[in-house]
Amino acid sequence: MDKTVITVVGKDNVGIIAKVCTYLANNHVNILDISQTITGGFFNMMMVVDSSEATKDITIFSEELKQIGEELGVVIQAQNEKIFNVMHRI
Amino acid sequence: MININEVIETNKMISEMNLDVRTITIGISLLDCVGSTLSEVKENIYAKITTVAKDLVKTGKDIEKEFGIPIVNKRISITPIALVAGNVCKTSDDFVELAKVLDKAAKQVGVNFLGGYSALVSKGMTKADELLIRSIPKAMAETDFVCSSVNVGSTKTGINMDAVKLIGEMIKETAELTKDNDCLGCGKFVVFCNAPDDNPFMAGAFHGVTETDSVINVGVSGPGVVKRAIELVHGENFEVLCETIKKTAFKITRVGQLVAKEASKRLGIPFGIIDLSLAPTPAVGDSVGEILEEIGLEYTGAPGTTAALAMLNDQVKKGGVMASSYVGGLSGAFIPVSEDQRMIDAVNAGALTLEKLEAMTCVCSVGLDMIAIPGKTKAATIAGLIADEMALGMINQKTTAVRIIPAIGKDVGDQVEFGGLLGYAPVMPVNEFSCDDFINRGGRIPAPIHSFKN
Repeated sequence: MDKTVITVVGKDNVGIIAKVCTYLANNHVNILDISQTITGGFFNMMMVVDSSEATKDITIFSEELKQIGEELGVVIQAQNEKIFNVMHRI
Repeated sequence: MININEVIETNKMISEMNLDVRTITIGISLLDCVGSTLSEVKENIYAKITTVAKDLVKTGKDIEKEFGIPIVNKRISITPIALVAGNVCKTSDDFVELAKVLDKAAKQVGVNFLGGYSALVSKGMTKADELLIRSIPKAMAETDFVCSSVNVGSTKTGINMDAVKLIGEMIKETAELTKDNDCLGCGKFVVFCNAPDDNPFMAGAFHGVTETDSVINVGVSGPGVVKRAIELVHGENFEVLCETIKKTAFKITRVGQLVAKEASKRLGIPFGIIDLSLAPTPAVGDSVGEILEEIGLEYTGAPGTTAALAMLNDQVKKGGVMASSYVGGLSGAFIPVSEDQRMIDAVNAGALTLEKLEAMTCVCSVGLDMIAIPGKTKAATIAGLIADEMALGMINQKTTAVRIIPAIGKDVGDQVEFGGLLGYAPVMPVNEFSCDDFINRGGRIPAPIHSFKN
């Protein structure tokens, strides 16, 4: 199963997680883990999701999430989890 | 499971420190494109390149989107053309025809460079090799994306001084023919000693004859990431510094390995090697010069520069080697002057000279790279510079190269502007004392004593 990591970085605001979660639910993406932290005054959220049942390809939903981020004034990225695993796990 | 701080670290490397995958290069063997007429060979080559590499750019973009890492260049390397078309090219113009076909194929598949307009003449030149070398000025002037290289020496064979002399003349001519473009043609031509069997890095890229039919190679980069990492250990001793560089190089290279594996899987082409390199770009924060300054030099070129660069290279290789199953190419740090803002600044400040750059090439990957010299420099002097650099490679059993630009109509104090990744370069002074009699001797410098290992 290929997992996807979704990150949201920006100024904290009402309804960011709600909006992202709604989008994911509508596209059959299952959330496995959520964590968040504030670094340097910025809101950082990370979700690990299972997109194997997703109705759209990762390249499409990363584009659409990016747009949602722009509407909310935050940066949203969706990346295949492998890039983090190779860099931080031997 | 991966934690949030690790995710933030990776994404900061990409967004703030210019971490990227510098290139995905497909190596394509053209040995099966030989034919009995020039037009047949032209057709075969065009068909092969546009078939094998047709999905390269799209695949690169897909990987870029999926992993969120920029893949800056998609490129192609091919079997040295002198070997493929030697029997059908009877004149230099025939070779130029082929260069144009290569250019057309590169444009068709959407890559930004195609390397392999090359000849390997470390011991001697065949008629075809010589014709190809003589065609380089015109080929570089009349194509946009074709890169050329010639290997003129090796530790095992010595240095082919006839070829060195001829190439000095050809570099001058290439500069003349492309003078309206700030002599850009010379930025696409590299002369080598000890060229590796297969080299995926432009401008000296070619697909080795010892390689399989087609292969995916990846070049990673990330001077900005290394610089930021060592800022955090500012003032610490060498042990701490080296550990930091190694760990960072490991992380950068793992990303390259991932991209290479994915590209290989999606294109159905075997994975070749990762080239572990700190390749700078003219962007601020993407500079090898900045790393050297952070290590403790006021400017690149100050005493200590060669030692700092030697250490940096070694740590990059040590960290990178563990991260990838196959490492190759040239690997280490690149020091192309025009492509590195802090190197340019060092030249302008008077800290970095041609002679110091030559010393630096003894410990780094390539050689005298992207250096502009006065347009009045004689062909024999250029050949002399090449011979010196080749000798460093031959004696030290390492790859060395020269990519030098005689800036026609310009002199010390002026600058040449190439644009894009090739950047701009201040014209550097060259020692003007003559080496004509040395270059005019002709023949070959024999292989050094330590070549007799067998």
